Amino acid sequence: MELYARGQQLLRDQPGLVVVAVAAMLLVGDLFGKLLGGGLTAARFGGFVWDGLVIGLLIGLAGIGLSLTYSILGFANFAHGDYISWGAFSGWAVAYLLAGIDRYAAGGLLLIGAGDGPAPGDVGVSITNTPGSILAGLVVAVGFTIGVSLLVDRLVYRPIREADGITLLIASIGVAFVLRYLIVFFFYSGRQGVTDISRVPSYDIGGVVINAHELTIVAIALALMVGVHLLLQRSKLGKAMRAMADNRDLAQVTGIPVEGVIRTTWILGGGLAGAAGYLVVLTQGTIAYDLGWLLLLLIFAAVIMGGIGSVYGAIVGGLVIGLASRLSLIWLTGDLSSFAEPVAFGLMIFVLLFRPEGIFGGVSTA
Amino acid sequence: MSSDQFQTGRLTQFRELLERSDAALVLTAMAAFYLLFLGVGAILNYDVAGLISILGQVTFFTAVYALIVLALNLHWGYAGLFNIGIAGFMAVGVYTMAMLTAPPTGSPPGLGLPIAVGIVGGMLAAALVGLVTALPALRLRADYLAIVTVAISEIIRLTYNSPAFSTFTLPGGIALGTGGASGIGNFPSNPVRAIYYVDPSSAASGTTPIGAAVFGFFEAVFGVVRSAVIVDLTYGLVLAVVVFLVYTLLARVGNSPFGRVLKAIREDEVVAKSLGKDTNRFKIKTFMLGCALMGLAGVLWQGFGTGAVYPQAFRPELTFYIFIAVIIGGAGSNTGSVLGGAVFANLLFLLPQYLPTMIEQTFSIQANPNNFIAAVGPIAAGEIAPLLGYILNQRLPALRFVFVGVLLVYLMQNRPEGLLGHRTETAAAVDLSEGHTPGGQTGTDLTAPDEGGVDNE
Amino acid sequence: MKEVSTMSSESAADSIGEDPAVDTAGDGDEDPPLRVENLRKEFGGITAVDGASFTVADESLTGLIGPNGAGKSTTFNCITGVHEPTDGAVYFNGTDIAGLAPNVIANRGLVRTFQIARELAEMTVLENLMLAPQRQQGEALYRSILPPFRDGVIEEETELREAVWESLEFFEIDHLAEEQAGNLSGGQRKLLELARALMTDPDMLLLDEPFAGVNPTLETKLLDRINQLRAEEGLTFLLVEHDMDIIMEHCDPVIVMHQGHVLAEGRPEEIRNNERVVDAYFGEQQ
Ligand SMILES: Nc1ncnc2c1ncn2[C@@H]1O[C@H](COP(=O)(O)OP(=O)(O)OP(=O)(O)O)[C@@H](O)[C@H]1O
Ligand SMILES: [Mg+2]
Repeated sequence: MELYARGQQLLRDQPGLVVVAVAAMLLVGDLFGKLLGGGLTAARFGGFVWDGLVIGLLIGLAGIGLSLTYSILGFANFAHGDYISWGAFSGWAVAYLLAGIDRYAAGGLLLIGAGDGPAPGDVGVSITNTPGSILAGLVVAVGFTIGVSLLVDRLVYRPIREADGITLLIASIGVAFVLRYLIVFFFYSGRQGVTDISRVPSYDIGGVVINAHELTIVAIALALMVGVHLLLQRSKLGKAMRAMADNRDLAQVTGIPVEGVIRTTWILGGGLAGAAGYLVVLTQGTIAYDLGWLLLLLIFAAVIMGGIGSVYGAIVGGLVIGLASRLSLIWLTGDLSSFAEPVAFGLMIFVLLFRPEGIFGGVSTA
Repeated sequence: MSSDQFQTGRLTQFRELLERSDAALVLTAMAAFYLLFLGVGAILNYDVAGLISILGQVTFFTAVYALIVLALNLHWGYAGLFNIGIAGFMAVGVYTMAMLTAPPTGSPPGLGLPIAVGIVGGMLAAALVGLVTALPALRLRADYLAIVTVAISEIIRLTYNSPAFSTFTLPGGIALGTGGASGIGNFPSNPVRAIYYVDPSSAASGTTPIGAAVFGFFEAVFGVVRSAVIVDLTYGLVLAVVVFLVYTLLARVGNSPFGRVLKAIREDEVVAKSLGKDTNRFKIKTFMLGCALMGLAGVLWQGFGTGAVYPQAFRPELTFYIFIAVIIGGAGSNTGSVLGGAVFANLLFLLPQYLPTMIEQTFSIQANPNNFIAAVGPIAAGEIAPLLGYILNQRLPALRFVFVGVLLVYLMQNRPEGLLGHRTETAAAVDLSEGHTPGGQTGTDLTAPDEGGVDNE
Repeated sequence: MKEVSTMSSESAADSIGEDPAVDTAGDGDEDPPLRVENLRKEFGGITAVDGASFTVADESLTGLIGPNGAGKSTTFNCITGVHEPTDGAVYFNGTDIAGLAPNVIANRGLVRTFQIARELAEMTVLENLMLAPQRQQGEALYRSILPPFRDGVIEEETELREAVWESLEFFEIDHLAEEQAGNLSGGQRKLLELARALMTDPDMLLLDEPFAGVNPTLETKLLDRINQLRAEEGLTFLLVEHDMDIIMEHCDPVIVMHQGHVLAEGRPEEIRNNERVVDAYFGEQQ
């Protein structure tokens, strides 16, 4: 009786939420039906889950930075996707260079095969074939993207630190244009193969095929996430960031070095975005100037779902979005498979409408 | 001496005219752009047909940009609705038009309805999608609204792009389609062509009496024989009329109690509500009207202007172009919107397309390296031409985007109120200053506020 | 502090008896225009209003006083729908309006001004006032744009314009008519707000310190006007004011809030002699 009354109340207050919940339950029910009835093999299901985890971890990794800058600087950074792209291009330029310098001219390698540069199959970059160059590329991707985000902050955002969120948002669209098309200027505008998939070993685990690049991504992403966790727990940084997100003026008065915290935020966020961009190429096998922009909406979805400002929320949100977009393929078969992305966008819109504080809002940490 | 004075006098008079009259301002700007592009044509040694063609382009792009910027200004400038899903609403307008009017036997099949139905249908469809977006989303903070609208615009684009609806069958067995990634190219051609050609879809079908007269006139006066150029110019002029009509419509919206409430919402929604205004209704209506106009702009631009629609034309970049144009003009002013659209269309969109040829012709640059290293390498040997060739022939579109981005950042840092300054247009259907009852103080006596007698703080 | 010194002043001794409210307050057992019951409002951990209850009698000029942070403005916000009350009820002319949207409440005739004037800064003074009248024909989009209806809109605008200029002259800000409201001084803004609220043709007005920065001569004139509106048009006023002279001289009854609830309610002279009230003000000072 009590439950019934509460249900009625919920239906009245949040009809949309109820509809979404019912739809989700129906889907889960259908999923079990498919799994038990044999419409979907466990291996195929496992494959979707694994793919979702891999992309979800990357979305989460990139989302940490977006979430932090959103809450601390108070604007949605539409250039974040292009930090990711620069991470990919800077890192892979170096990975290419190191992997192929013994055989090819440096120029073509640095431009990741632009013009008449060497083809990916010839350079043969892969984690098993050229582990050193892959790791060096990662380091450069992180470092370079940190540099980009600090430089952009200095030139663009710092002079208008006190401006409202919309002004900063529009400025970030300008930054996005500049960064994205500088990639085109130096590299190219098409999508190009990068890794040598033929040399990447893969393992069959209960029917789910997992390749070494995906394992690398999961390992590095988890390591970075643990690193961020420790950093925020062991230092006063997390606390200072939270204070600044709440009220920047107050934080300044209480002696928090505001500009310093902002710089640290960019370093953290930029670095993780660079790493995510670099790693995305590892799983996709291709690189394109707009790869970050294409991911950006998914990252926004993750960040909003996790609650803006929450590091752990961004990670969980990333996993939810990654899994949702891949698991939706269970139902979206054939021609409909092109709707995997719209499904994720749709999820984000629902969260914004019915729980704008995020589904994990209220447990925000750092 | 005295002629100098005379000239400065005329100049001041002219400046005053520009300040007073929006029409004079717009016409002067357009005259300047026409001159500029005639100059471009002259440098490129165009013949008369080429010159008319370039003027037709200037008219077309100015008009379509003005149109879409006016629509955005209604959202953002009037009501403060931060909609960055413009491309999506344009797509809905033009796709609906194309699907309604394409022949049922074509590929993809359409409904074969008359063009007028297609245009109205496209506007209604865009307004409806606007309603569906607005109903829930207008409660959101401005930045959330931005994210939601850009997501919706991407959902729309990906839906049109999807092979799933490339052709599909409605209940009742009627076939219809979006054409998937390759879009729709078989909807009826530009209705302006019906003025000149017996069969609008084919120039070879023979000319109408009007066509014969106009083509004959141009041939006699300028020696022009390419009728397509004249058709394009005509369409540009038709669009200019449409812009004028939409401008008038929006001026009415702005200069009315409705527009006054919008202005209040933009400034302080709580105050508007506290004065009894149901702000959500105002916002929804405004959002729908703006979306309908965006749909119309889609129809007139990508539909009849381009002759084919495909999903790639509606990437979010298009939205940001329009935002930049509205920011250049200064949000909140219709005249500013038209000017902003004109500046963007001519200086940032059209001119860069002619620049490479002009520069190459002037400086005779032959080099055309296909990657950056090959372009900068020769600089060590003192050769700058490969870099220039690379920039001009390979990367000018990219650099234009970079420039646009820099401009946006510059504007946000230095002139967030717009390049052309903040213009305000009084929101009332009558001249408010006229109402002052005679006998009292005159309403035009603007005492500085700090000299006002009521303040004793 | 100013409040305390004016508290004890004797300047407001008479004139209360002539208050129009005294005669009309008790006519019949009709609902009072405003009845607040157990109103609560929490912001996070702060309880700004903590179970306040009071009524405002028809056609009265009721004073609402209390030290800084007592919850007066928050009470206004909850009554007018700017904030949703955490708990409690607000009856306006007998119906519960708690939690309704501000525009719905304003449509019913309950209108307020803000403590920190919220003029629409980039609109002219004229536009600010033209905005206020409720249910304007031209607020319907189609009437504003379609030719046959547009004439009616223009006619209505012409009439409104007359009323607006009259109001501007009365409030002595007609010389600022075409100035952007954001350029006005603090006092001028408060006048603009009051004029704007009156343009909505309300049944009841909640005024949050309307006279701050207004010169005394004009202040008297405005108070006369308020009394005139009560007597002639039956308006009811609830007034938050820190100037005790005004409260004691013009308001009856007076409600005292302290720490979110109503500390005392009564005629001005009772309030002045109420020890708890005096304590509240002195306690605030220590
Ligand atoms: N939006 C808000 N968020 C959080 N706390 C608030 C908010 N508005 C008011 N408060 C708090 O509620 C309490 C009551 O404030 P309120 O403004 O109602 O007092 P007041 O009686 O109007 O004071 P004053 O005489 O200074 O105007 C104060 O402690 C104030 O800080
Ligand atoms: Mg107050």
